[in-house]
Amino acid sequence: MAKTATRDAYGKALAQLGAENEQVVVLDADLSGSTKTAAFAKEFPRRFFNLGIAEADLIGTAAGLAAAGKIPFASTFAVFAAGRAYDQIRASVAYPKLNVKIAATHAGLTVGEDGATHQMNEDIALMRALPNMTVVVPADGPEAGAATLAVARHQGPVYLRLGRPAVPDIHGEDYAFDLFKAPVLREGGDVAIFACGYMVHLALEAAAQLEKQGISAAVVNVHTIKPLDKETVLRYARRCGRVIAAEEHSIIGGLGSAIAEVLGEEQPTHMVRIGVRDTFGESGKPAELLEKYGLTAEAIVQAARKLMQ
Amino acid sequence: MEEYANLRSIAARLRRHIISMVAAANSGHPGGSLSAVEILTTLYFKLMKLDVSQPRWNQRDIFVLSKGHASPVYYAALAERGFFSPEELLSFRKINSRLQGHPDRENIPGVDMTTGSLGQGLSAANGMALAAKLDGQEQRWVYVLLGDGELQEGQVWEAVMTAAHYHLDNCIAFVDWNGLQIDGEVSQVMNTSPLKEKFAAFNWHVQEIDGHDFAQIIAAVETAKAAKGRPSAIIARTIKGKGVSFMENQAGWHGRAPGQEQAQQALKELEVE
Ligand SMILES: Cc1ncc(C[n+]2csc(CCOP(=O)(O)OP(=O)(O)O)c2C)c(N)n1
Ligand SMILES: [Mg+2]
Repeated sequence: MAKTATRDAYGKALAQLGAENEQVVVLDADLSGSTKTAAFAKEFPRRFFNLGIAEADLIGTAAGLAAAGKIPFASTFAVFAAGRAYDQIRASVAYPKLNVKIAATHAGLTVGEDGATHQMNEDIALMRALPNMTVVVPADGPEAGAATLAVARHQGPVYLRLGRPAVPDIHGEDYAFDLFKAPVLREGGDVAIFACGYMVHLALEAAAQLEKQGISAAVVNVHTIKPLDKETVLRYARRCGRVIAAEEHSIIGGLGSAIAEVLGEEQPTHMVRIGVRDTFGESGKPAELLEKYGLTAEAIVQAARKLMQ
Repeated sequence: MEEYANLRSIAARLRRHIISMVAAANSGHPGGSLSAVEILTTLYFKLMKLDVSQPRWNQRDIFVLSKGHASPVYYAALAERGFFSPEELLSFRKINSRLQGHPDRENIPGVDMTTGSLGQGLSAANGMALAAKLDGQEQRWVYVLLGDGELQEGQVWEAVMTAAHYHLDNCIAFVDWNGLQIDGEVSQVMNTSPLKEKFAAFNWHVQEIDGHDFAQIIAAVETAKAAKGRPSAIIARTIKGKGVSFMENQAGWHGRAPGQEQAQQALKELEVE
């Protein structure tokens, strides 16, 4: 299976967008090589603004560009966007509903060797709590590219969460991305696995293993955490009666929490959350970290078996 | 002097609105509103290109009140300029009012940027100035008003760098240099001086003026517009609480509403103009 990093697909889609839409502008904070905005910068230098190592100003400037009718994509690492510039996102983007696309790369543990300071496991929680914010977590390259184009068409603030490592391409070239609909990647009747981002391909792996053990698992790719596709979540929770949420993020406040909130109010269902268990990360290879922090296909399999007992 | 009689009488009206609004709400920020009256009066009644029937007209000049707590002077200027009825001013800070404690661009006609969390307005102004440049609108000006205490925010200096780096000569920043913030004198809380030298060192064009003198404000803006290739800072010496004897130069009147009697006295003092 071909592999693509979601940030690479974002960079490519951005360059395509630049050619299609004059109003698209891109901002970065001295990380354009890593966030992959460099391709856009090279092709459209007039519409690219490097703000230097100044994330508050990055978000604030993007807000001003949006207020003047531009469609700004502001990129830096997730920890510096959602973390460092939280109040700027809150007061200058979300509250005034400005059309800023915050495309944050290097989210989660898979940042790897840079360690805890750079591994942002709380951004979904922070961004999801903001009124007016749409939160999108693509699972693979094709979805990240499609999501980039889709959020550009969507009016309003968006947080697009992207990753560092290459992930298997789950979706084909013909994938019809709907920003507000969670695609069902695999049907199943015993347990529903809701996953986002890096965990989606692992959920598919887990479902394949579970099948061999006689457990039928559905896999739903919840790429948009907010607004959540409640209808699909409830349908699969009802159908399976057991659910797992899997995310490369803290178990506090992310996808698992969003699903638990809906189920708790409308369809109480036995549930297991797979995610970073309220701790900071550390340096290591992405695969080693995922193993150590329990973000693996095996962990999902174990969770499903536990639910089946 | 007669030349500015009209601006002077508008300024007096804005001051009376500020007192009435803050008194009616029993909440709000009179000190830093009163210090900025002449600056907003000059911008809204003399300098800015606007169309009140189209608040988002894409050729208009822009104003960002970075020190968003001075919303009373902002709303008073917008109302007097015709963006909404001055009668609405008394709904300031009340439940279900459009006139939120801090400016809200979504709901208040004429407000160009939502502010209130200090330190963010210059970044937004820069973004709007960049957009005007991209759109080839050379005759569109973006004004921003910062507080002297607000300059303690690091983001301001990020944005000061950005404006110079991108040669935003369409961006004109006023500093309301009233010397006071909440906890007392700016020089005591966290000194921001020397301002002129700081802005100059960041490659800005800088002027220092009397922020209550219409002629100086107008001249400074004209000079700023002629400074090609560089953003302009106009450091305006002002008196916090200007026009109300018991509020002048008193940090305590930063965010406190006058009682009924105090409001009556203030309104009386402001009548003579
Ligand atoms: C980020 C942020 N921190 C704190 C405050 C609370 N606050 C409101 S006004 C103010 C003092 C502002 O002083 P200055 O900028 O000098 O304004 P002025 O004297 O013109 O009123 C403070 C600390 C705020 N609004 N935003
Ligand atoms: Mg002050």
